[in-house]
Amino acid sequence: MEWLQVTSDLIHNTIVFATALIFAALGGLYSERSGVVNIALEGLMTIGAFTAAVVTFYADLMLGGSAWSPWIGFIIAMIVGIIFALPHAVASVSFHANQVVSGVALNFLAIGLGVYLTKIFFDGSAQTKTLETTLSKWNIPFLSDIPFIGKAFFYAYPTSFLAFLLVAISYYVLFKTPFGLRLRSVGEHPQAADTVGINVYRMRYLAVMISGALAAMGGATITLTTTSNFSHNTISGQGFIALAALIFGKWHPVGAMFAALFFGIASAMKSVFQVFCVTDYIPVDFIFIFPYVLTILVLAGIVGRANAPAAIGRPYIKGNR
Amino acid sequence: MNKWIHIFTKESVLIPVISTLLGLLIGAFIMLLGAYNPIQAYLSLIEKAFGDFYSIGETIRQITPLIFTGLSVAFAFRTGLFNIGAEGQFIMGSLAATIVGIQLDLPWYLHMPLAVVAGGMAGGLWGVIAGYLKAKRGVHEVITTIMLNWISLYLSNYFVKAYLSEPGQQRSEFLKESSWLSLQGLSQLFDNARIHFGILIAILCAVIFYIVLWKTKQGYELRAVGFNPHAAEYAGMNVGVNVMKAMFVSGVFAGLGGAAEILGVFHYLTINAAFPGYGFQGIAVALIGGNTALGTVLGAVLFGVLTFGATGMKFGAGVPVEIISIVIALVIFFVAAKGIVKYVIQLFKKEKKNML
Repeated sequence: MEWLQVTSDLIHNTIVFATALIFAALGGLYSERSGVVNIALEGLMTIGAFTAAVVTFYADLMLGGSAWSPWIGFIIAMIVGIIFALPHAVASVSFHANQVVSGVALNFLAIGLGVYLTKIFFDGSAQTKTLETTLSKWNIPFLSDIPFIGKAFFYAYPTSFLAFLLVAISYYVLFKTPFGLRLRSVGEHPQAADTVGINVYRMRYLAVMISGALAAMGGATITLTTTSNFSHNTISGQGFIALAALIFGKWHPVGAMFAALFFGIASAMKSVFQVFCVTDYIPVDFIFIFPYVLTILVLAGIVGRANAPAAIGRPYIKGNR
Repeated sequence: MNKWIHIFTKESVLIPVISTLLGLLIGAFIMLLGAYNPIQAYLSLIEKAFGDFYSIGETIRQITPLIFTGLSVAFAFRTGLFNIGAEGQFIMGSLAATIVGIQLDLPWYLHMPLAVVAGGMAGGLWGVIAGYLKAKRGVHEVITTIMLNWISLYLSNYFVKAYLSEPGQQRSEFLKESSWLSLQGLSQLFDNARIHFGILIAILCAVIFYIVLWKTKQGYELRAVGFNPHAAEYAGMNVGVNVMKAMFVSGVFAGLGGAAEILGVFHYLTINAAFPGYGFQGIAVALIGGNTALGTVLGAVLFGVLTFGATGMKFGAGVPVEIISIVIALVIFFVAAKGIVKYVIQLFKKEKKNML
């Protein structure tokens, strides 16, 4: 029966890891489809993880261990994510700044601000106090009674269900609504979009803000389901893996979801490999490297071809050709 | 005299200076919100960075890698490339220098230069991967260098664990002394601070940077490709080859920095869970220095002083050291979003007119 336990663990770990990636990759999707590069995903996740840890801790103190406190943390993290993404929008949309540099600055700011405020809130300690209440798993009635796959797929954290739901919603919004068409057109050919009366600046601002909300939610899921606290290495590279998932998924919500799940498996395989002593043959570090190598191969056109939105990274200046 | 006034009011000088001041000012405001005394904090920063010979030596040690990574980012920028990968090239340089330092047994006048060169070459080759993908496959260098950073981090950890590790420690064994860049005399001059010979190599690199880019035909080509690749191609230059050359040189600078850090300061390579961060700070250094040799050195001095001095703020004013990451982030942000700074300058100019 050992392998059953291992497989079940594998699926569980995959979904938990992939959940955060899906949120952040969807965040990157909105921003990049509108033509704004977002390498600040890492920083946005950091700020989301930090906010969720702090707000949930204090909400828990006030409500006395209510099951709602993680949700309060989750929602506030989302709002703070929107606010934190605003400077990126201001710099790259209104002031035509280099979007990569602005993103690098935001990543620095997030980790600095997160740890600085943690030390202020928690008496100089470099990590937040461990949360008493975190999100608990949900049972989907009936479906979770299906033998084997029921427990693996329909007994999970609510945030995971939300992530998959958001994939469907994002697909609908981006490809089936006027809003989505406008957002994509701004990222492909802003001049043409402007000509037909779409407000390029407003669309890009909205996209970056949505991006902040989603990435911060991704960070929040990590503190609320996995680590239960925030420290300087709670978010260490997930934002960049999410970016990789976005590219590997060819800037499409469903593609990004599969890429995130795939990277999730790659990461979850670690424990399975350890059980079966595969790590004696393949070092753990090579498993870590895997998603990044894959992304480079995809970009190089060796494993399929990824085409970025045409106007990505280029500030739009009205009247310029 | 007029010439000097002209230099100080030039935009390329004014924007970094005002960005730095804005960063420090907002930093002070954040400290006030945390009920700390910002004046005391900044004074203890200066005290920590320049207080005695030991501090000055350690500050120079902090500045050294930033000159290397700053030059790396700036060189790529001049050819129109954004090298976010200085971090990874720095790590590969460290790794190569460590391997040479541990595995070979040579007299110092061969061992030390060989370790330095190995570091530079490793960084350069790591940079060329991104250059090649850009030139031949049209892949944007920002994404590839980000991915290469992570690959280098885990690759270096793997090599340390598998081949170089000191039993029971999260690091490699010590490098042979014949490969060290540290100079007994230099360290004693600075009260046993870990200042090392690398600073001279860094300054030499800055001079080479200037000469190559502005005094050679090759440098002219590199800058032409950076200004306008289409025009450069029309003029008969091979854009792809120049892109690869630029990424190689850029990687060499970062790799040398990584080698110098190992050979001069630590003498061993640790297993890292996170990046050392010099590559990312190099972006800030290059930006604030306007991608020039002198500017980059000055930028490195600024950020070196801020980072090393920050440890003093903890003791002097109780402020968490992370405040300096916030200040640095703000400075990068303002330099990037020049428009905001110009707006601030405009405000001051208007006020002056009103007063007159």
